[in-house]
Amino acid sequence: MLLALSSDQELFRETTAKLLDELVPVGELRRLREDADGFGTGYWRRGADLGWTSLLVGEHHGGGSISGAGLVDLALVAYEFGRHAAPGPLAVTNIVAATLDEAGGDRFDGVIKELLSGEAVATWGLAEAPPNDGLDSVLLDVRVEGDEVVLNGVKRPVESGGRADYLLVSGRTGSGLSQVLVPARTAGVSVSPMHSVDVTRRFSVVAFDDVRVPLDLVVGEPGAAAGQVELQAGRAVAIGCAEAVGAMQTAFDLTVEWAFDRYSFGRPLASYQELKHRFADMLSWLEASHAVSDAATAALASGSADAAELLSVAKAFIGDYGGELMQDCVQMHGGIGVTFEHDLHLYLRRHTLNRAIYGTPAEHRARLADIVEEQEGLA
Amino acid sequence: MSSTGTEDLEAFRRRARDFARANLGPASARTAAGALRNDRTDEEELAEVAREREVQRMLFDAGLAGICFPTEYGGQGLTLAHQRALNEELAGYEFPTRFQAPTLSPCAAVLLDFGTEEQKRRHIPAILKGEELWMQFLSEPSGGSDVAGALTSAVRDGDEWVLNGSKIWTTGAWWSDWGLCLARTNWDVPKHRGLTVFIFPIRQEGIDVHRIEMLNGSKEFCQEFMTDVRVPDSDRVGDVDDGWTVGTRWMFHERMLTNSPLVTVPVGFGHGGTGVSSLVAIGARDAGRLSEPVVRDLVGEARMLDIADRELRHRVGQGIATGVMVDQSAALTRLFSGVTATRIRTIGFEVVGTAGAAWTDEDGQLAHSADDYLMRQVSQIGGGTTEMARNVVSERVLGMPRERSLDRDVPFRDVPRGRPSSRS
Ligand SMILES: Cc1cc2nc3c(=O)[nH]c(=O)nc-3n(C[C@H](O)[C@H](O)[C@H](O)COP(=O)(O)OP(=O)(O)OC[C@H]3O[C@@H](n4cnc5c(N)ncnc54)[C@H](O)[C@@H]3O)c2cc1C
Repeated sequence: MLLALSSDQELFRETTAKLLDELVPVGELRRLREDADGFGTGYWRRGADLGWTSLLVGEHHGGGSISGAGLVDLALVAYEFGRHAAPGPLAVTNIVAATLDEAGGDRFDGVIKELLSGEAVATWGLAEAPPNDGLDSVLLDVRVEGDEVVLNGVKRPVESGGRADYLLVSGRTGSGLSQVLVPARTAGVSVSPMHSVDVTRRFSVVAFDDVRVPLDLVVGEPGAAAGQVELQAGRAVAIGCAEAVGAMQTAFDLTVEWAFDRYSFGRPLASYQELKHRFADMLSWLEASHAVSDAATAALASGSADAAELLSVAKAFIGDYGGELMQDCVQMHGGIGVTFEHDLHLYLRRHTLNRAIYGTPAEHRARLADIVEEQEGLA
Repeated sequence: MSSTGTEDLEAFRRRARDFARANLGPASARTAAGALRNDRTDEEELAEVAREREVQRMLFDAGLAGICFPTEYGGQGLTLAHQRALNEELAGYEFPTRFQAPTLSPCAAVLLDFGTEEQKRRHIPAILKGEELWMQFLSEPSGGSDVAGALTSAVRDGDEWVLNGSKIWTTGAWWSDWGLCLARTNWDVPKHRGLTVFIFPIRQEGIDVHRIEMLNGSKEFCQEFMTDVRVPDSDRVGDVDDGWTVGTRWMFHERMLTNSPLVTVPVGFGHGGTGVSSLVAIGARDAGRLSEPVVRDLVGEARMLDIADRELRHRVGQGIATGVMVDQSAALTRLFSGVTATRIRTIGFEVVGTAGAAWTDEDGQLAHSADDYLMRQVSQIGGGTTEMARNVVSERVLGMPRERSLDRDVPFRDVPRGRPSSRS
């Protein structure tokens, strides 16, 4: 999280943290384990009232940011989501709202309004069945037929696919990409639940079998959505990284506290140099994760030329080093660390989920190699 | 100039850009690598030192030296933002690396913090003009991590002090001018309470500078033997026996490394820019292996670490400057930089294949990867080891219990010592 927040940002962050403390304490997260959606409508509306869903949307559509850079503000919410392992389709709803807002015109005004109020939830289908679950392999077919488009293919994992009212679907039209906003109840859409590593975040397989929707539900131009998709993926990475860093922060704080309280051989764990040194390493990774996450978010928010590079750095670094941090926190807890009863796994799960979606660390390292090659003229 | 008297950032940037274009040559690949390599004769080394003095003087004359130093000592009295802008504008150009660490920080930084008015007026402008290169006389043959365990003694004789002992591992003392030296002035009190800091010219009778061959053949490492070196009391920094107050800030400045606002580091220079990971990629290209997926993964990792290191330094620099983080957090960047630099050197060695073991003069970047790999641990030893940084982070940042030590409350002369090393 940013070191220097404006007083408005700080107030916003704090209000979000308080609401999460109140509505989704760990006991509630454990209860939601059995809930089909993983979150309640009342909870989501309370957050929407605070502004969780309106930060990336322009004021003419009823949105608005705190600082002028909505993505930076949203990253504060995401960070608190991570710190609390909070439920709800934060990234996808915001991503869809932003894309609809930016698409221009008034076609989507009603949908945007529902998303901002928390009345409706939207999700985004990008990835497909392995091995087409990478960032660059969209196969779902989007065909234009007169004043309709026809979708055929399967998306997975689709976050909150079983709960979402609207599905923004990325597909292929010829050699280009298209995006279509499909109402969830359209004929030919079938949704089946998947298993997920997270306690409250739900994912589905969503199949599109000759799904027909009016042409004006294409967001932007058919075949010309590559830029949109790239921007959405960037936002997903930024939000996911901020959230992962929040989860790391809580796990680290819990483990530091434990190291002071837990004794062996008549001394606190925190007095053993072997463990102290590992804490030092972990703190350096944690602060570096904050730093790259914030830098990537700021770069994307301002449209800076190095945004793609910073996003891949953040995703790769936080995924790998954050994973080591999380598991070392487990290790330092000993046996209690691998129980369901201890809270540590709530944050480990959240980090683990975010590590694997929107490009694995390896995928982002490959992207970085492309960037280095291009920058240095080595191609 | 704006109404507050601080030069407008954009105007400053333009001024720096124009200066660099008109006056500076390109940075060498060697500079970009920021590595201690054995690839020059002494004459070449001295020629580089002379050129750096000249460039430092040019920067001074152009009003681009000592950006964050006070104007009364020849600095520009500008802000960290100006220093960053200069770092950006100097990217890709030659610059006086040898004046940065340890001359400007920690040495000049310590003088700013504790020097007398006379010391500051005499030395800081001279440093900024390229006339004085400084060395830290800290580590001794008996130990470098336990800095406060210094054995070099200083005994008062009227208005002077007489120093005897040996300092070691100074890099480049043979071409340097002044030393900042931690010495023991009282053996009858616990170790932290009997130290005093002095400054003196290195080239003088009584100081014997020996060069030490490093494992890669470089002879930049030095050891100084001091025999009855006379230092006037006016060249004492801080109070008598209060050298640890100075030493604590000294260590802080040292851990800030290139993160210090007093230091110029062109973007992309050495570790912490994107320079080193670019060299890794160039090495892979020269070895014809850049298209291999495994190599690309490593190249991506190197770039990731370079940028993470840079962003961490920005964050910690900002945190310390704004008081959100304690000063000791500088150890976080020291630790991270050291560890990531060794990893990047390993990657650089890996991606060139067998050329890392045997090469010809025509092999370009390949030729250096073994050298850089052999010398890898330098980045975790020089400037205080990463183990010491971990101690500082855990004890001073996280507040964990201190390691037990046997030298706390005993007179220093009674503290147990190991066997003298071969260099004592
Ligand atoms: C390139 C380079 C440039 C240098 N330049 C200078 C210079 O200009 N001026 C100068 O004064 N010195 C300089 N040094 C010396 C450097 O500061 C010391 O080498 C360093 O502080 C370690 O001291 P030492 O070599 O005596 O090792 P020791 O202190 O003997 O340490 C040996 C090992 O034990 C570990 N260790 C020691 N104490 C502890 C502890 N309490 N807890 C855990 N681990 C511990 C260390 O981390 C290290 O791994 C330079 C070194 C290098 C490599």
